[in-house]
Amino acid sequence: MIPLVCPAPIATRDTVLLGHGSGGKLSAELLREVFLPAFANPVLAKLEDQASIEIGGVRLAFTTDSFVVKPLFFRGGDIGSLAVHGTINDLAVGGARPEFLSAAFILEEGFPMADLRRIAGSMAQAAATSGVTIVTGDTKVVERGSGDGVYINTAGIGRLRDGVRLSASQARPGDAVIVSGSLGDHGITILSEREGLELESEVASDSAALHTLVDAMFAAAGADAIRCMRDPTRGGLASTLNEIAGQSAVGIEIDERAMVIHDAVRGACELLGLDPLYVANEGKLAAVVARESADAVVEAMRRHPLGGDAAIAGRVTASHPGMVTMRTAFGTTRIVDMLAGDQLPRIC
Amino acid sequence: MCLAVPGKILESQDIGYNRIAKVQFGGVTRQVVLDFVPEAEVGDYVVVHVGFAISKIDEAEARRTYELLEEMGVVLEAEGDQP
Amino acid sequence: MARGIAQAVRAAVTRPWVLMEICGGQTHTIMRYGLDEMLPPQIELVHGPGCPVCVAPLEIIDKALAIAARPGVIFVSYGDMLRVPGSHSDLFRVKAAGGDVRIAYSPMDAVKLARENPSRPVVFFGIGFETTAPANAMSVWQAKREGLRNFSLLAAHVLVPPAMRAILASSANRVQGLIAPGHVCTVMGTREYEDLSRDFHLPIVIGGFEPVDLLEAVRMLVAQLEEGRAEVENQYVRSVTREGNQPAQRILEQVFEVCDQKWRGIGPIPMSGYRLRPEFAEYDADLIYGTGEITTEEPRECISALVLQGLKKPVDCTAFGARCTPESPLGAPMVSSEGVCAAYYAYRRRVPEAAA
Repeated sequence: MIPLVCPAPIATRDTVLLGHGSGGKLSAELLREVFLPAFANPVLAKLEDQASIEIGGVRLAFTTDSFVVKPLFFRGGDIGSLAVHGTINDLAVGGARPEFLSAAFILEEGFPMADLRRIAGSMAQAAATSGVTIVTGDTKVVERGSGDGVYINTAGIGRLRDGVRLSASQARPGDAVIVSGSLGDHGITILSEREGLELESEVASDSAALHTLVDAMFAAAGADAIRCMRDPTRGGLASTLNEIAGQSAVGIEIDERAMVIHDAVRGACELLGLDPLYVANEGKLAAVVARESADAVVEAMRRHPLGGDAAIAGRVTASHPGMVTMRTAFGTTRIVDMLAGDQLPRIC
Repeated sequence: MCLAVPGKILESQDIGYNRIAKVQFGGVTRQVVLDFVPEAEVGDYVVVHVGFAISKIDEAEARRTYELLEEMGVVLEAEGDQP
Repeated sequence: MARGIAQAVRAAVTRPWVLMEICGGQTHTIMRYGLDEMLPPQIELVHGPGCPVCVAPLEIIDKALAIAARPGVIFVSYGDMLRVPGSHSDLFRVKAAGGDVRIAYSPMDAVKLARENPSRPVVFFGIGFETTAPANAMSVWQAKREGLRNFSLLAAHVLVPPAMRAILASSANRVQGLIAPGHVCTVMGTREYEDLSRDFHLPIVIGGFEPVDLLEAVRMLVAQLEEGRAEVENQYVRSVTREGNQPAQRILEQVFEVCDQKWRGIGPIPMSGYRLRPEFAEYDADLIYGTGEITTEEPRECISALVLQGLKKPVDCTAFGARCTPESPLGAPMVSSEGVCAAYYAYRRRVPEAAA
């Protein structure tokens, strides 16, 4: 019996790098090489933002997310509201109605109680406004120096809508790609507070709960017309679309002129040498929708307070499967690649 | 090399050994060192690289740059696209 | 407007021309907006070694990594350098292993760190062409003025004109016209390029960085070539003057002196770099952290020397996109997001099919 020899592994690393948390290729690698093999099961293998499970005949969506943002408080929100909205959104884009959340805290010794109260209050308000209840949680304290003030993990559960099965593997050539609004607001707000940029007052984190926007989309489209939805958080729209293109084995072409980007975000990106397509959003979604329903869906989104700038941003194609391209304002085409790790400011 | 962006000086003051300005770039403002462009004044446009102004530019020329950038957001009509 | 310029080039061109642009930022704009696709096929754009991140010699990267790994040191760098691989590691990995590595947008951020942390040594990794050198020089000038004892600069500057001379003098040179780097010339003026143009009978146009700037620069170069002229013209008039920026040049003269410099992927080019003058020895990280001579070797499959001189394109390389990618680069031009191989990989991995 000849032992099979594993071919050279793809760049195995022996320590975790910051890039492993950035939502790009390294994150995917971590999943593929460490977690998927360890936890191997068909639900996880689908790699959706949330898991669709069934308990006693009831279809549920179940998801979790951890929040490590710095600074903790920023224009448009804080780590608390982010933690609530983020998990609600993962459920919503999975086609579920968010109902219950858990909230677990890892606190650093010495963290100011006033800040903790502020965060808790923010979470309570976000949950109440969104109609979800935080029903369970946990608190741990680590020694001074071992944490970043506070880390929050939220998990969420909700019932999947009847007849709705969304998946990033369902995009088909001819489908429309819809983006719900302006890109880069959250990431630039965070970065600007760290880099000493002053942004004009209209730019703030877009952190928001998207489930009522999703309700409006389903009402306009019907269950089968929406193939999948994702919220483009870390890694930005580019990473999200690359994931969909990869999982559906299709190409995606987007139009630069269809992207809505606020002046301040554009200016900050210019200054730091960043591409807004890769900057995080916390109150936006991208959806792949059957072409014949796309216009109705966009119209319904525009009537909703969170979807005022919704637009068809591109389409799914059979060409270049797995790859995302963009038609530039000059009519030429460029590839919108998946990043390896975080996008970094540059001087060159 | 040389990611440098044009911006407008909103205010300037002497801080320590340097002349520091608050410069506006599109929708963003940032502190910039003006030591290499001593003739630049409030209202002038400067090209900024790594937090330093490296040249003073003509306002008309700077506006042309912004307009060209904005043109990228405008639907290009009628000329048609080359196959 | 862009299409109008491209049309004008199409109308003027009568034979093939090879044009070089050497600034990484200009390469980036061309690739991102597909400007080479807009130009007529007779125009071939080749990319020169205009990425100071890519050409920073392996030895200095290894020195940077050694210094950054030292306990207590705050190592400050531009974002571009974080992923550049040295012989065995990169700054990201050093950070992961516990090094205090921080990103700065401006050298003054590093000076500020030194001021605020008087008990810790702060080392600033100063790379760049002539555009960035004055700002890097100012950090040392400022530290000296303020009497900061804990600030030092690890310098790796490269100069454009000597590199151009080396490329143009090579027997394999195909470059017929040059788009000169607009921001380098903003600082240094255009005089050195007048010498280049005269010595090599080469048309040169100083170009800006917006797509329309570059198309216009190409149009002006093609006009020169078609008319048989070889002079220096300035397309980037809004920022570039013949004399350049005098205060910036003065600080360069006061803080740095020209020296021989090794270019990663090309080799040593005489008088093509800057080092700190002896009177700033106490701010020179290379002297303070005396890391000695390091020998390094590049992977054999890497053809970056040919790519950086415009003799080959990244797609001509057998390793491109396969064994050499941005995540696991073999050579200099793939390491930086501005490097020509990285630009090709990001924007042009395969030529897309004609738009439907």
